[in-house]
Amino acid sequence: MTGYILRRLLQAIPVLLGTTFLIYFMVFAMPGDPIVALFGDKTPPPQVIERLRAEYNLDKPFIVQYLIFLGNIFQGNLGTSFSGQPVSDILAQTFPVTLRLALLAVFFEMVAGIAIGLVSGLRKGSIFDASALVVSLILISLPIFVVAFVAQYVFGIQLGWFRTTVSAGAPIQDLILPAIVLATVSFAQIVRLTRASVIDTDGQDFVRTAASKGLSRTRIVPVHILRNSLIPVVTYLAVDFGVLMVGATVTEGIFNVPGVGRTLYQAIIRGEGPTVVSFVTVMVLIYLVVNLLVDLLYAVLDPRIRYAK
Amino acid sequence: MTDTVNATNTHTADDERPLLQIKDLRVGFKTQEGDVTAVDGVNLTLYRGQSLAIVGESGSGKSTTAHAIINLLPGSGRILGGQILLDGQDLAQASKKEMESVRGRKIGFVPQDPMSNLNPVWSIGFQVEEAIRANGIATGRKEVKKRAVEVLKQAGLHDADRRLKQFPHQFSGGMRQRVLIGMGLAADPQLLIADEPTSALDVTVQRVILDHLESLTRELGTTLLFITHDLGLAAERAEQLVVMYKGKIVESGPSRQILENPQHPYTQRLVAAAPSLASRRIQSTGSVHAAEQSMGEDAGAVAGDAIDLIATAEARAEIVEAAASKPPAIVVEHLTKVFKIRGAGDFKAVDDVSFQIPKGTTTALVGESGSGKSTVAKMLLKLENATSGKIIVGGKDLASVTGSELFELRSRMQPVFQDPYGSLNPLRNIGNTIAEPLMTHNYGTRATRRERVFELLDQVSLPRTLAGRYPNELSGGQRQRIAIARALALKPEILVLDEAVSALDVLVQAQILRLLADLQAELDLTYLFITHDLAVVRVIADQVCVMQKGKIVEAATTDEVFDRPREQYTKDLLAAIPGANLKLGA
Amino acid sequence: MPSSRTRPDQQHYVAPIEETPLVAIDSVKAEGKPTNLWTDAWRDLRKRPMFWISAALIVFVVIVALFPGWFTQTPPNNDCQLANSNGGPTEGHPLGFTKQGCDIYSRIIHGTSTSLSVGLIVTFLVAVLGIAFGAFAGFYGGWIDSVLSRIGDIFFSIPYILAAVVIMSVLSAYRNVWVISLAIGLFAWPATARVLRAEILRVKNSDFVMAATALGVSRFRILLRHVLPNSIAPVIVITTISLASAIVAEATLSFLGVGLPSTTMSWGNDISQAQTDLRTAPQTLILPSIALSVTVLSFIMLGEVVRDALDPKARARR
Repeated sequence: MTGYILRRLLQAIPVLLGTTFLIYFMVFAMPGDPIVALFGDKTPPPQVIERLRAEYNLDKPFIVQYLIFLGNIFQGNLGTSFSGQPVSDILAQTFPVTLRLALLAVFFEMVAGIAIGLVSGLRKGSIFDASALVVSLILISLPIFVVAFVAQYVFGIQLGWFRTTVSAGAPIQDLILPAIVLATVSFAQIVRLTRASVIDTDGQDFVRTAASKGLSRTRIVPVHILRNSLIPVVTYLAVDFGVLMVGATVTEGIFNVPGVGRTLYQAIIRGEGPTVVSFVTVMVLIYLVVNLLVDLLYAVLDPRIRYAK
Repeated sequence: MTDTVNATNTHTADDERPLLQIKDLRVGFKTQEGDVTAVDGVNLTLYRGQSLAIVGESGSGKSTTAHAIINLLPGSGRILGGQILLDGQDLAQASKKEMESVRGRKIGFVPQDPMSNLNPVWSIGFQVEEAIRANGIATGRKEVKKRAVEVLKQAGLHDADRRLKQFPHQFSGGMRQRVLIGMGLAADPQLLIADEPTSALDVTVQRVILDHLESLTRELGTTLLFITHDLGLAAERAEQLVVMYKGKIVESGPSRQILENPQHPYTQRLVAAAPSLASRRIQSTGSVHAAEQSMGEDAGAVAGDAIDLIATAEARAEIVEAAASKPPAIVVEHLTKVFKIRGAGDFKAVDDVSFQIPKGTTTALVGESGSGKSTVAKMLLKLENATSGKIIVGGKDLASVTGSELFELRSRMQPVFQDPYGSLNPLRNIGNTIAEPLMTHNYGTRATRRERVFELLDQVSLPRTLAGRYPNELSGGQRQRIAIARALALKPEILVLDEAVSALDVLVQAQILRLLADLQAELDLTYLFITHDLAVVRVIADQVCVMQKGKIVEAATTDEVFDRPREQYTKDLLAAIPGANLKLGA
Repeated sequence: MPSSRTRPDQQHYVAPIEETPLVAIDSVKAEGKPTNLWTDAWRDLRKRPMFWISAALIVFVVIVALFPGWFTQTPPNNDCQLANSNGGPTEGHPLGFTKQGCDIYSRIIHGTSTSLSVGLIVTFLVAVLGIAFGAFAGFYGGWIDSVLSRIGDIFFSIPYILAAVVIMSVLSAYRNVWVISLAIGLFAWPATARVLRAEILRVKNSDFVMAATALGVSRFRILLRHVLPNSIAPVIVITTISLASAIVAEATLSFLGVGLPSTTMSWGNDISQAQTDLRTAPQTLILPSIALSVTVLSFIMLGEVVRDALDPKARARR
């Protein structure tokens, strides 16, 4: 097990370096003046351009620039935004909100997704199963902003069940609708994945042997079928995190949730390139960490990895 | 456990009533092509304390019958009619809850493959304790754990305490099967159904497990219902025998009687084609000729296209005599292969192996899994490089041959592999598969290649129309024939047959062995035959090399190895051939 | 101990031969036309209604993209009069007007080709890169695999929409269909590569590959003629679905303002511009959303139905 952990950590290092390098490269190694390009059609005041030029050390060779950038990231110095506020401060303020939103979304998608997927898989071919398949297929096809607007319109404006935007401080009840929206596509994927996994596990030999021992179906389903089916679902969580990050950007923007995503959303809309770069870098780093954690969780769930011979 | 004092009194009454009575059982499956009846009117009677074996090939319905008894049919299987009476209670009509209480408590089940039948994410202790709790044998954590330890000890596992916390992948195959047997018997059921309990295990382990099963069931007084494809094994281990063919019973009764006097033509086919019986008969009568004669007396006429393995062996004897004076086709000297395993150092798969194969004969390389026999084959085909040693084919050392010389040498040696379902490219039609060697080696024109393909199909007794078809339309035996045809395309001198018949049903296996023998005589081929089944070796090989853990333990002619084995391992392998206690032909 | 002697009803029984006739051992039973994985899959697909529905939708979408003139005479960007802002349906303008007073129906029709173009270019890029990386990594193994897989991991670690956002933020002067497709495709290929690599690892140890090697067939030929055809099935599925994902990605980018310029017809742009009027004129947002969703749905449906048809486990049951 320790060997597995060490190997994963060692593998993560070149990926980490490569990814940060790539992001930096994309922004600063392109032809033309990167600072002006970062601002798109908008022209910031000349002082800002000067400040940013010095900040990003554009007079130095590219590799040095990158290393300084990397060093800064690890020291927590993420530069300053357009308005002069340190990016790290912004992150510290907005991160807890996004964390609440994300956890809520993961909770919804896992609980609902696994439950429906399980029933669907156990009752393959039934009306419930067919409906679950159709509904999940439609949900997967809806881009997140479409889901967000439809939800906002139907549940917020027409039915009035929820606020259309989140109030200051982002209390939990305001986050429910955005969390459901955020969870939608992932929920549909988890339903399908769980269903496929359950169908596959139900046909395995050890399930029949468990029944031959005299175990009741009520015991076999959670202990043998569900437990084994969870392994691929957990693996999916790692990829799902990437989807959630993108989704959060859009969802927070639409519902005005004061989180990391909205800040990024506004920075993109306003063309604040440097802020975008810093935020994306941090998000990617978190994504890598989450991937690592999921790999560890996978080892916990599967004793074949934990106790390799 | 059973109360023996009272038991003796009630047993006389129970003695007269069958424990299990199956009447006119029919089981069907829904497939894409329609409804299939897998079991069609099966009748079976089993009394307490008896042992019964159901024998048949794949598709005979034997496993389906066993699964139907405990109503655990896979997928779309349904009981269509008939009765399954356990002590008078009709299980075919039982409700789900009733079946749940019957399983484990009254009927135990031992499945075939020990790896796939244990849940990999739960510990062994968990799974054993589950069985104990579900059948109400013990309650309370301490009691249940105590009983679990007892079960494991009874299964023959030492340090059961430590074993309880381990996981299935940390056990060997034999150990896992013992655990499964222990779980099946944990509630002391009246009937134990064992579905091919040893076919997924190594040969020497098989006998140990079967002995263990026999002594356990005898000790507990359990009635045993056994499923197997091996007639010799069935006759040796069970008093009653039932032979199934295409969902019906063709013959049943006391096993010795059936073996000595098979009456249904199908049973006669099985008797003639079973390698274990053939090998035992040759051993007990002393020679192949005597065995063939005794077959004539005992078995009566053997139907139509059936394959008589002993006759095949007899036909070989002449070839062997002629071959004694020929030069070797293959010389292997001090062959060694070392694999480097990340994190675990070096692994010597093949350790200083030397042997020779005279031209036109068959040498068998026998061993269990991990013996290194397949690695030797791969080195011979230059699919792996040797770490050291020489392989001399056609006067050249394989290690030093490269480039176009190697290319040419490859055409002289061709393989036939074990898995018929993996050895043909599923997306290429049969004609192109057989023609690939010809195209690779630039043989002739399109027209002449076509002719050669047809010629080869004739040689392996398959219709020419198959050339445009795909492998998924053929059976396992037919695919192996295609693999043989492909191997023969370039007119090689040597065929390396790596467990080429091990995955086939016994009758088909006999057909393929006959085909191989005929081809060898016709085309003067040299065979390196790799197998784990010594019984097959008796019938088809001239020389035997026994391998264990990478080394050759014993090497001699077939007669010598069978009549006068020197090493203990060889004796163990010989003893593992089923049918040791049967008297055949003597 | 109970006696295990043979009972009267267990005597030697032989079934009558008429009831249990013998068949020739292992006779060849191949009838009808020759079939293999692809013909079987096609036959299976033909029977599924979802295949025909998705195929019809896709054909329809393609026709709209290629020949917008068949569906509307109104040019999408001319005739935009602010006076018509958010107006309802009228004569010749069946779906009403956008905030700028442009014809919604016409904009939707003309937006189709944009989405489809991006989808196709991205899919082509993803397929080429994914197959190349996956095939070489999986088949040749060793250090080639380590290097290629690491590269794949690096690109995989940045969710492709985020990466595209960064790229388009920088290349804001070059906002056209080709650059956007490149930006999306450059980070979307690792998933395909992984799928192919896993399948190749499974196939390359098959006996028929060993047999070809023992024949002297060159490594590259084995990859091309034996391994790739037998591993390509899951790639077909994931490619179909990635087409759908690419369309969504372009719409998301346009929605965020870093996609196509507002002058180009794009469903994402339309949705983005309509969001401020969600309360008062929801149809300006909902209508392009429906067009987008239906297009994406048709490709995803096709991907799912093809996956089921090619599923080896389902084949085994046939």
